[in-house]
Amino acid sequence: MNENIKFVQGNEACVEGALFAGLDFFAGYPITPSTEIAELLSIRLPQRGGKFIQMEDEIASMCAIIGASLTGSKVMTATSGPGFSLMQEALGYAIMAEIPCVIVNVQRGGPSTGIPTRVSQGDVNQARWGTHGDHAIVAITASNHQDVFETTVEAFNISETYRTPVILLYDEVIGHMRERLIVPKEGEVPSVKRLKTSVREGVDYHPYLPREDGRLPMSDFGGVHRYNVTGLFHDMWGFPSDNPKVVHDLLRHLVDKIHNNVNQITKYKSYYLDDAECILISYGSAARSALHVVDYLRPRGEKIGLLELQTLWPFPHSLISEKCRKAKYVIVVEMNMGQILKEVRIAVEEPEKIFLANRIDGVFITPMDIRNIMRLIQGKGV
Amino acid sequence: MAIKDYLRERFFPHLWCSGCGHGIVLNSLLRALADLGMSKNEIVMVSGIGCSSRISGYVDFHTLHTIHGRALAFATGVKLSRPELNLLVPMGDGDALAIGGNHFIHAARRNIDLTAIVMNNRIYGMTGGQYSPLSGQGIMATTAPYSNIDYDFDTVELAKAAGATFVARSTTYHTQQMTKMFRQAILHEGFAMVEILSQCPTYFGRKNRAGSAIDMMESYKENTTPIGSKSKMENPDLIERGIFVQKEVPEYCNEYDKIIEKAMKGR
Amino acid sequence: MAKPKLKEHIINSEWCKGCGICVHFCPKNVLEMDDEDSALAARPTDCICCKLCEIRCPDLAIEVILEKETE
Repeated sequence: MNENIKFVQGNEACVEGALFAGLDFFAGYPITPSTEIAELLSIRLPQRGGKFIQMEDEIASMCAIIGASLTGSKVMTATSGPGFSLMQEALGYAIMAEIPCVIVNVQRGGPSTGIPTRVSQGDVNQARWGTHGDHAIVAITASNHQDVFETTVEAFNISETYRTPVILLYDEVIGHMRERLIVPKEGEVPSVKRLKTSVREGVDYHPYLPREDGRLPMSDFGGVHRYNVTGLFHDMWGFPSDNPKVVHDLLRHLVDKIHNNVNQITKYKSYYLDDAECILISYGSAARSALHVVDYLRPRGEKIGLLELQTLWPFPHSLISEKCRKAKYVIVVEMNMGQILKEVRIAVEEPEKIFLANRIDGVFITPMDIRNIMRLIQGKGV
Repeated sequence: MAIKDYLRERFFPHLWCSGCGHGIVLNSLLRALADLGMSKNEIVMVSGIGCSSRISGYVDFHTLHTIHGRALAFATGVKLSRPELNLLVPMGDGDALAIGGNHFIHAARRNIDLTAIVMNNRIYGMTGGQYSPLSGQGIMATTAPYSNIDYDFDTVELAKAAGATFVARSTTYHTQQMTKMFRQAILHEGFAMVEILSQCPTYFGRKNRAGSAIDMMESYKENTTPIGSKSKMENPDLIERGIFVQKEVPEYCNEYDKIIEKAMKGR
Repeated sequence: MAKPKLKEHIINSEWCKGCGICVHFCPKNVLEMDDEDSALAARPTDCICCKLCEIRCPDLAIEVILEKETE
């Protein structure tokens, strides 16, 4: 039997993806339902000379991966709700200092300790706006383990390409459910290497001066270029500045480098959208039930389709707008009180045709749940 | 001056107030590095937030100016990822022991090879003179207008209890001792903590009628004594200076290398 | 070992913030503050080249240059 075929948890698929992408360093703190990622990496990383460390809390974990990234390592941490809250300040630091890193949030129910062993998708807006100040962020997700693998690799690729933290927003069902994963062979999924500067020793290196293509080549700590990294607004050498033009230009750069590349970053899957009168929009584990509904109703003559989002942030407004133009109903399926629903309402021209099918009780939303809500929306009664 | 090669001179004069002890700490630290003949490319300085943290901007090393209290956590990531680098982690008293207290004890417990420097001026200077966990009872601060009721930490005792394998204390008056301590701390393989009593004439001095920077340095001379001295027995209120702990214990990164060896064999 | 011989005190008045630490702690009273609150080597012939002023200067503004060092 092919040893690349595995029957694994989603958390394990994430680990496989991270290792495939070249993960060198992981720092984390135990928290349900993400702990398996740390456990597995404590086994797997040293087997290939990588480093694993269990820090004293999630704040320290986030800080440690930023430090390690500056030495040229590919880095990741994994957590869940409360831990993700603790990471927000350092996440902002990684945005400001443009440090590539990947943060996995296997979502559970909140607020606070909430419902640790049950599913939720309640951290979508926290991923967007959890850290203070204007900024852009990339958050991506997946609904099955093959996609978890590829999305995890993609997270590393985006973080290296744009020198930005990337959030992998999985959820408890994805994290703990077991299904088949085929681990690709080397080279079958593209993996972006760290872009290193070609500036030689003794020549002035500007760590924060983008090239013409917008990318910022890095120089490892310990290398021949000594520069400053700070969470303060800074000039092209990394030194603090409160010059209004420097502040303005840096903030614009931090936001534009993501938002100007929405089309490059955005990944999604579409099912039967061409003639769909009813479009389900979903993501993560909820999209599994949504797809089931579509697969059930299509053969029964309903013109229904699914738009499965893999990129949540930056939000692909124009994609949503275009795909939903002809639909009579748009139903957002998610396990929160309508966090993506709000973005869809902004994107779609007739917001009155948009509805929410959700569960917020820690119970996974089933195809039957969605169909019951659809009957209500369509005036057929439950 | 040999130490000038370590400076980013274009940022001088520095932003610290006239008479601030932090400049003396910088001065002594650079002398220690020059004595050891360390090259700039092998040094990473990681600082947090506050007056103390600005030290990293003035030195021509790989410098990481991070967030409040977390310098040791960032430094742990740098060090474990690239153990051949020398990590210097200067922190303020609030930075290291209030918001960063957890990272302080855990870095000490792991015995990861880095040099933590606590520049203790017993006050939050950058924000205008609030009490810190090292201010102690009876101290006046902008947030203790009726005098402080908080007890203070003894940094040395805390570091010792947390497992630090090199623990030392000096003051900005005792510059030669300070420089020597920095040399020893940097050469020490494991977690080294050096506390330096460093005057803040602007806030601590003014709020507590401690006089000028000069008066405060004179008080370091008067109120401190070498470890185990006779005068300490006569006057227990004296603060001891010197090296309290210096022991060889397996270092964290070396231990992790053994884990890698084990894991690779087990495959 | 030969006694170190002073060549000069280099005082960077741009960096000096006039705290007076060097003046106060000089064992030979070599230094004083000038009219603009910057340190000044008023009696260089009394200097014993202990370099305490250089080492204690919080502004890194004083350098005691010895004859030997420049040779």
